Amino acid sequence: MQEWIRFLEVNSPRILELTIEHTMLVALAIIVALLIGVPLGIYLTTNEYLAGIVLQVASIILTIPSIALFGVMIPLFSLINQGIGYVPAFVALVLYSQLPIIRNTYTAIKNVNPEMRDAAIGVGMKTHQRLLRVEIPNALPVIMAGIRTAVVLNIGIGTIAAYIGAGGLGVLITQGIGRGDNYLIISGSLAVALLALFADGILLMIQKRYTRSNA
Amino acid sequence: MIKFDHVTKSYEGGINAVKDVNFTVEKGNIVVLLGPSGCGKTTLLRMVNRLESITKGTINVNGQNSMELNEIDLRKKIGYVIQSNGLFPNMTIEDNVMIVPDLLGWSKKEKRERFYSLMGLIGLNADDYRKRYPNELSGGQQQRIGVARALAADPPVMLMDEPFGALDPIIREKIQDEFLHIQREVKKTILFVSHDIDEAIKMADKIVLMRGGEIMQFDTPSEMLAHPKNDFVSQFFGKDRAIKSLSLHTVKKLQDIIGLVEFDETIQDTKTINVNQDLRNTLSMLMNQEADQVIVTDDNGRQLGAITIDLVQKYLHFEIKGKPSVAQKG
Ligand SMILES: Nc1ncnc2c1ncn2[C@@H]1O[C@H](COP(=O)(O)OP(=O)(O)O)[C@@H](O)[C@H]1O
Ligand SMILES: [Mg+2]
Repeated sequence: MQEWIRFLEVNSPRILELTIEHTMLVALAIIVALLIGVPLGIYLTTNEYLAGIVLQVASIILTIPSIALFGVMIPLFSLINQGIGYVPAFVALVLYSQLPIIRNTYTAIKNVNPEMRDAAIGVGMKTHQRLLRVEIPNALPVIMAGIRTAVVLNIGIGTIAAYIGAGGLGVLITQGIGRGDNYLIISGSLAVALLALFADGILLMIQKRYTRSNA
Repeated sequence: MIKFDHVTKSYEGGINAVKDVNFTVEKGNIVVLLGPSGCGKTTLLRMVNRLESITKGTINVNGQNSMELNEIDLRKKIGYVIQSNGLFPNMTIEDNVMIVPDLLGWSKKEKRERFYSLMGLIGLNADDYRKRYPNELSGGQQQRIGVARALAADPPVMLMDEPFGALDPIIREKIQDEFLHIQREVKKTILFVSHDIDEAIKMADKIVLMRGGEIMQFDTPSEMLAHPKNDFVSQFFGKDRAIKSLSLHTVKKLQDIIGLVEFDETIQDTKTINVNQDLRNTLSMLMNQEADQVIVTDDNGRQLGAITIDLVQKYLHFEIKGKPSVAQKG
């Protein structure tokens, strides 16, 4: 216990700094993933054929081990002199979050009660009015569940980003492994786990606050 | 006015859901589409606001061919009520009711005023309900709100697809009465789907009885009960169709034609009934209280005489079975 206290006294500013770095990387990746994934998911509800293909591709991406995907990113981004560091990590995280976001958006909109959709058309809404006023609001809990999955996934996978020099909490773990320092490894892992729980909790709160449970 | 002219609907796979249908819903009338499940009622109704395409024929809404109108504009001019889940769970009651005016771009003030007057019309307190959500309401309240929403922009035409079908019988009757009361005030042209014979008899100025996408008979309820055109129609209404037709006649009418009897003051605890009640309710009252007579009163509570089972039977015999088609909707 004594050792832990001393360790934290020395390292907590650094842990905090890396946590913030980690959060920024994940948050930015999620924002971009949302900007791509939600509209795409909505669009796919109108195009059955494309939906099959896109969901398949997104599933395949998610099965690629993260180390391998980061590995592929390096030579690819070397072409534009961004081989190491922030950009490839960011792109990998965006790709990983596509499946839960697209799939949940797509299914949520598809599963909106057909009678409710009918009523929306029946009162004279145009397609975009129906989407914005009825279908998306009622699909929001399921879309949010997808976003939460993506966030937790990315917080975990984000640790690997340290290997390609993108910083974040993974740095503690890689350094810990390199130096054989268990305190570093444990504190890094714990920080990642806590961050994931915390983010999920916050998002759940937002979801509860802004959606109606019966929707 | 809604005019169906040789209207046919074929779904992919060769199902003819509606076959060469012709009839007109006159301005201010309620026409009920009646028939067994799957006979094409909903399909026919949904062709009016173009939720279903028309395979052949034309539907005229207030003199205009529906296919020549912009479908969004057409729908905003047609009130639409469905059985359940028609309200948007993410919107407050006020937003739900005011959705069409909102789409039409009414001002905030206009919408608020209209909301209050509509809630008055359907008998719910506007302040109590304004900020609540549909799932906080009972089934009956939700259907009232559904009716208010359909009336919001004062459309001349309304389509109602089994609007009260999901309610329990007591609430259903109450809402039917309320709705008829509202209709007397607003005089909409209404196409109303039902699979409930009693509901159809009660609500309809005219009934369209359908089977397998075809019209079996198009007539007033009393005419259809008195003179079924074919075996399907008579079987559909059943052996007790004479009894059913009693709901179309009032005590007043019986009094005018064959007169009431003197009431027997020696009988204790006799119930009273208003002279404007229909004979079906009167008959069930007579049966339920196991008494020989029920005292008839006018609106001021004045006793006019008494009615007995014998009298109802006599009237049934002369007026409904005997003479052709004298019955009018009370
Ligand atoms: N979208 C559809 N595709 C194919 N057949 C349909 C469709 N909708 C309804 N039908 C068929 O059309 C017939 C009439 O259906 P419907 O109008 O819903 O009947 P009702 O409202 O009288 O119960 C039924 O045989 C039904 O199976
Ligand atoms: Mg139906």
